Amino acid sequence: MAKLKNRKKINTPEISTASLPDIVFMLLFFFMVATVMRKNTLMIENRLPSANQVEKLDTKNLIMNVYVGRPSSRYRNVGSEARIQLNDKFAEVKDIKAFIMAERASKTESLRPFLITSLKIDKEIRMGLVGDIKKELKEVNALKINYTTRLKDGSNSNK
Amino acid sequence: MTKRLTPSVNAGSMADIAFLLLIFFLVTTTIETDYGIRRQLSPPQDDPIDTYIKEKNVLEIAINQNDELAVEGNILSVEELKNTTIAFLDNGGNASCDYCRGKNDKKSSDHPDKAVISLVSDRESSYEMYVAVQNELMEAYNELRNRESERLYGVSYEVIKQNLNSNSPSEKHLARERMLKIQSLYPEKISETSLTR
Repeated sequence: MAKLKNRKKINTPEISTASLPDIVFMLLFFFMVATVMRKNTLMIENRLPSANQVEKLDTKNLIMNVYVGRPSSRYRNVGSEARIQLNDKFAEVKDIKAFIMAERASKTESLRPFLITSLKIDKEIRMGLVGDIKKELKEVNALKINYTTRLKDGSNSNK
Repeated sequence: MTKRLTPSVNAGSMADIAFLLLIFFLVTTTIETDYGIRRQLSPPQDDPIDTYIKEKNVLEIAINQNDELAVEGNILSVEELKNTTIAFLDNGGNASCDYCRGKNDKKSSDHPDKAVISLVSDRESSYEMYVAVQNELMEAYNELRNRESERLYGVSYEVIKQNLNSNSPSEKHLARERMLKIQSLYPEKISETSLTR
């Protein structure tokens, strides 16, 4: 008897993995519901300035993104001057009008008045370029704009 | 009679499949929402309209190419801008404003409704500075609006704004009415110009 007991290996009980798929599916559904598809891959450096008097931009489908910044290290072949990025492409200031028109055309008529242009501009950019962009936006009547910023600490914003 | 058993599907790889999907979603989606300062641009005008604004009703803010800030010709730090703006907006120079608590300085603005902030930024000034200034201006407006909102309705302006997204239509309507009322007490009048040299 004693011999038998000694020979028996002390096995750690196996953890049942039967519920693993359930757990992973739960996580999966959480991420599917709580996140949105990433739209653009950035080709520019985009360090946003910080502010605390901000409003949330929650209606993702009503936002037109205009990115401005210096080309990131992978795209140095286009030079190091500040560039505008619209929909995965480098663009010029004059392309903004066409971009806004195209974005408008892709939305239903009832949503068009609520479109917001989100200006995601690197903090190093000079105001001259920003002014030019705003002038273009004015000319196509895209008057609702949002200077997208990072949230500064100690904010008393209306989240 | 033999019982017909449907062969059971091996669920062992289910976890792997789910993991694969999970990782796909983790990589392709973003969770963060954007925050920002909202602004309304002025509509384009073909011919400039001549308007007459008294000089005392204008707060001149200028940013130069070295990111220095000047208010009415005096160099100021960004942190001081908020209080200067509040003092200007809330001045109530000709005693027509019954909710202002400013100094009633004859040389500063008459009424919040008439007070205009003129922001002149040099083409070479940085966007970071510009946003910092915009942020200070918003802070000044929000502080004044909060104060009035507390006085009139007992809740802060921020709470009213949050109620705009509430589910009950009556509350939403009320919040909208209150928001418009408070915005009319301290309307945002900011004129922006870009300086070309």
